[in-house]
Amino acid sequence: MTSELLTTILQIMESKMERFEERPKIKKKVFNVLVECLQNLYHHIDEDIDDQETDQNELNSLFMIAKTVSTYTITTGNYMKPKDVDSLRNKLDLINGMTKEELKAYYKQVLNEGTMSAKGTAGLGMIDIARKSGKKLNYDFSSINDNLTFFSLSVKIEE
Amino acid sequence: MENLNLEGSAKTPTVNFNSADGTLELKGRSIPENSIEFYKPLNDWIDSYATSPKSSTIVDVKLEYFNTSSSKCILDLFKQLESLNKQDTEVKVNWYFEEDDEDMAEAGEDYQAIINLPFEMIEVEEI
Repeated sequence: MTSELLTTILQIMESKMERFEERPKIKKKVFNVLVECLQNLYHHIDEDIDDQETDQNELNSLFMIAKTVSTYTITTGNYMKPKDVDSLRNKLDLINGMTKEELKAYYKQVLNEGTMSAKGTAGLGMIDIARKSGKKLNYDFSSINDNLTFFSLSVKIEE
Repeated sequence: MENLNLEGSAKTPTVNFNSADGTLELKGRSIPENSIEFYKPLNDWIDSYATSPKSSTIVDVKLEYFNTSSSKCILDLFKQLESLNKQDTEVKVNWYFEEDDEDMAEAGEDYQAIINLPFEMIEVEEI
């Protein structure tokens, strides 16, 4: 996932939604969630996997978007190190256990008290995705081997 | 001092910071992968504006989209302005959002809750 590819995917999705004459409210939600999901791929793949011992194929990531009559489903997937699984799972479970109001409070807390990484990540992506979606985040970790796990995340946006 | 004018791009907003008027406008979309680099010159500009500001400083935020990387930089920008407020200038924030865009309205409320500056929420048909 490069910055250029990211821009291209966003442009394609914007013009597609334009053609579907999607309602502005839905279009914005889908676009926002897309940005966060794709930028998660962009930021986390190199950090977790890009080392000498890793096969280049394992830098690949997955992106799918599906539309039914009233629902967009955005799915992303990437490889990660098994040692990082627990903290991500805990974060997602914490977010999934929160009400709308709790999510808002949690977002404000991390926004105000959190620090930004040198890469420009603020630790807010998943919280923001959950807020915009309004649904539980569907996720899965499948173990590939001792050194690799495949993480997938599926986000729904309903009319 | 010089104004700061940046043309918007696919991932960065249009910036019009005018020291003679005391108006700071941010417009469009702010979704770069790493926002730190983009916002640094804005912070620097405000630092030098702070040395001789207008009696009133108006901040117009007219964002269509912003990502979480930008949200932190925007907060830092507000914090910078918060520390300026009531020293030599009265700072006011106008937060624009498009009608029906509850998420953007809520984002404005989030900042308003954290930052001690007067915010006005302004609903418009199109940004």
